[in-house]
Amino acid sequence: MVSHEAKHTISVLVENEFGVLTRVAGLFSGRGFNIESLSVAPTLDDSISRMTIVTSGDDRILEQITKQLNKLIDTIKVIDFTDSEYVERELALIKVQATEDTRAEILRIVDIFRGNVVDVTARSYTMEITGAPSKIQAVVDLLKPIGIQELVRSGPVVLGRGAKGGLSDKG
Amino acid sequence: MKRTGSQILLESLLLEGVDTVFGYPGGTVINIYNDLPDYPIKHILTRHEQAAVHAADGYARASGKVGVAIATSGPGATNTVTGIATAYMDSIPMVVITGQVPTPLIGNDAFQEADIVGMTRSITKHNYLVKDVKDLARIIKQAFYIARTGRPGPVLIDLPKDVQIASTKFVYPDSVELRGYKPTYSGNVRQVEKAAKMILAARRPVLYVGGGATASDAGQNLIQFAELIQTPVVTTLMGMAAFPTAHPLSLGMLGMHGTYYANMAVTNSDLLIAIGARFDDRVTGRIAAFAPKAKIIHIDIDPTSIKKNVRVDLPIVGELSDVIEKIGTKLRENHDQIEAFPELTAPWRSQVAAWRAQYPMSYKFSNTVIKPQYVIEKIRKLTDESAIIATEVGQHQMWTAQFFNFSNPRTFLTSGGLGTMGFGLPAALGAQVACPDRQVIDISGDGSFQMNSQELATLVQFKLPVKIAILNNNFLGMVRQWQELFFDHRYSQTPLELPIDFVKLAEAYGATGLRATRPDEVEDVIRKALATPGPVLMEFKIDREENVMPMVPAGAAIDEMVLAS
Repeated sequence: MVSHEAKHTISVLVENEFGVLTRVAGLFSGRGFNIESLSVAPTLDDSISRMTIVTSGDDRILEQITKQLNKLIDTIKVIDFTDSEYVERELALIKVQATEDTRAEILRIVDIFRGNVVDVTARSYTMEITGAPSKIQAVVDLLKPIGIQELVRSGPVVLGRGAKGGLSDKG
Repeated sequence: MKRTGSQILLESLLLEGVDTVFGYPGGTVINIYNDLPDYPIKHILTRHEQAAVHAADGYARASGKVGVAIATSGPGATNTVTGIATAYMDSIPMVVITGQVPTPLIGNDAFQEADIVGMTRSITKHNYLVKDVKDLARIIKQAFYIARTGRPGPVLIDLPKDVQIASTKFVYPDSVELRGYKPTYSGNVRQVEKAAKMILAARRPVLYVGGGATASDAGQNLIQFAELIQTPVVTTLMGMAAFPTAHPLSLGMLGMHGTYYANMAVTNSDLLIAIGARFDDRVTGRIAAFAPKAKIIHIDIDPTSIKKNVRVDLPIVGELSDVIEKIGTKLRENHDQIEAFPELTAPWRSQVAAWRAQYPMSYKFSNTVIKPQYVIEKIRKLTDESAIIATEVGQHQMWTAQFFNFSNPRTFLTSGGLGTMGFGLPAALGAQVACPDRQVIDISGDGSFQMNSQELATLVQFKLPVKIAILNNNFLGMVRQWQELFFDHRYSQTPLELPIDFVKLAEAYGATGLRATRPDEVEDVIRKALATPGPVLMEFKIDREENVMPMVPAGAAIDEMVLAS
């Protein structure tokens, strides 16, 4: 069996209760699993939260991660999107140093990547960019030479493609 | 009618069928203790909260019921941690109730405050902080359900003092609704069919039985299954008593201190059927060399146990009794093949018998110094099959596993997973409470015994006739053995040089103390202890440097055993 390290994006539907985030985070740290990013918020049904976790590992580790997540009493459903069709989006807020010489260039980049400027000062632009993590990375790489002052990324969130919901109509 | 939180707790316990709890009072559980005398619940006051949890654990292991322990907040709660971790590692059903500071004080570093829910998150099957008295009945119902179903385990309920005092209408729910918790009990039919095929294709099969067999009370089903397929059975430490050691198909324990023939059988098998076992490192030795020629069928109620440590060819998630019964039924449908099967595996059983004849379990008897194995054989001879044996952790534990020859499930209570010294005495105490008419014996070492020796007081106070056999070598023997074999006899901090008078210690608590220093005194001491009412401590001065053999050195394959020192 060939098994290699790969990145996986997992959706975890959990009870929206006190301490659930710690249970999930503790499971990852206690068993030595990686978390590259994690985002959490309530779903349409506010008794359920959806966590989107990006992790990595070989097949054996991923199988353990999925099973261990499922074993938590507060976990309702675990979906590993790796081998399926899904839509993935991440939000980044980027504050870039702006001077007379660079203003036009910054706006051009924002435009090309369909971002929005959400705050302007005499010396900076703050913009929002959404897209797949690779797109965010491309913007970051372009803006870095110009001077990024601050950057915050939400970590990706994903939904499966097609008409079917993750947890009937609750997800 | 309205009830306070503490009344709701106690009434709920009654509705869960709890008649005994083990505990220790304190400031944040004082309301519960104030109400306790109004309910027909027996409370066993241990002398340490850790012991209360081990006692609840021993009670659960011996009876199969959920054990219950109560402790106060802060240090009371933190003292329960080792007991909870012990139960978690061995999948013991238990509910632990801790007091907590009043909800407005939580997070303020209040007196005797500890975040016990945070601390026990990774050693409980689930845990709860009750913030509203209206949730209490539901939480207790869920806690017992979670503790006893699926793969059993401990559940902790942290109950703030103000929630105990607050009152609400008491309605105990009829059923549990947990959308995230639905254990799989029924084995998948297609997997069962595949298992039957794999069994019929095997020529060197071995059944590898773990603690899950005890948890699911697989007992007779397991024996029938082994007999149907005429397959040798090896057990883990936790699976020991689940399959009678004296059965002709039993090869005893496998692993680090397993029998030569068990380890040889596993290493040379072509099919390993794991039943409620989890391929622990003490069992597998060097993992790459574990059962290298075998296909593996792994039956377990907990999916996370499967493929955690080893590759598995056929996983079957389900309740063990259900799965092996289904496989048995499937096999019987192939009537001709199952009839012919034992004949096809006869050469394998002869091979296994040859290994057994080559290196049977043995030790060198001495006329001058007491051999620990001799004490264990004598205890076995002088007690009946219903006797419950608890152990601590170390050499005496392994000798008990090797030489006691258990024949009934739930008669061997030992900390297999966590390996907790100090477990045996309180566990024996709990088992004696659960089974007042049976003989309960704690086989101990002098090191482990001192980790919870204060429980002699509890035994005497509650008139619990537990017999304690201390195999005293004035050493932390198992560590000393490793130092002898792998660290060039450098006995760093393992000699327990202070000679303790254990007989006087027993007497100080009002128990009986007996001592044997020569082999010819052993039998008399055991007979006398068994005939004496109440708790009795027996001290056996044993050969100081006797080793547990065979032994698989750490990192070696299980067929690379050291057979004698």
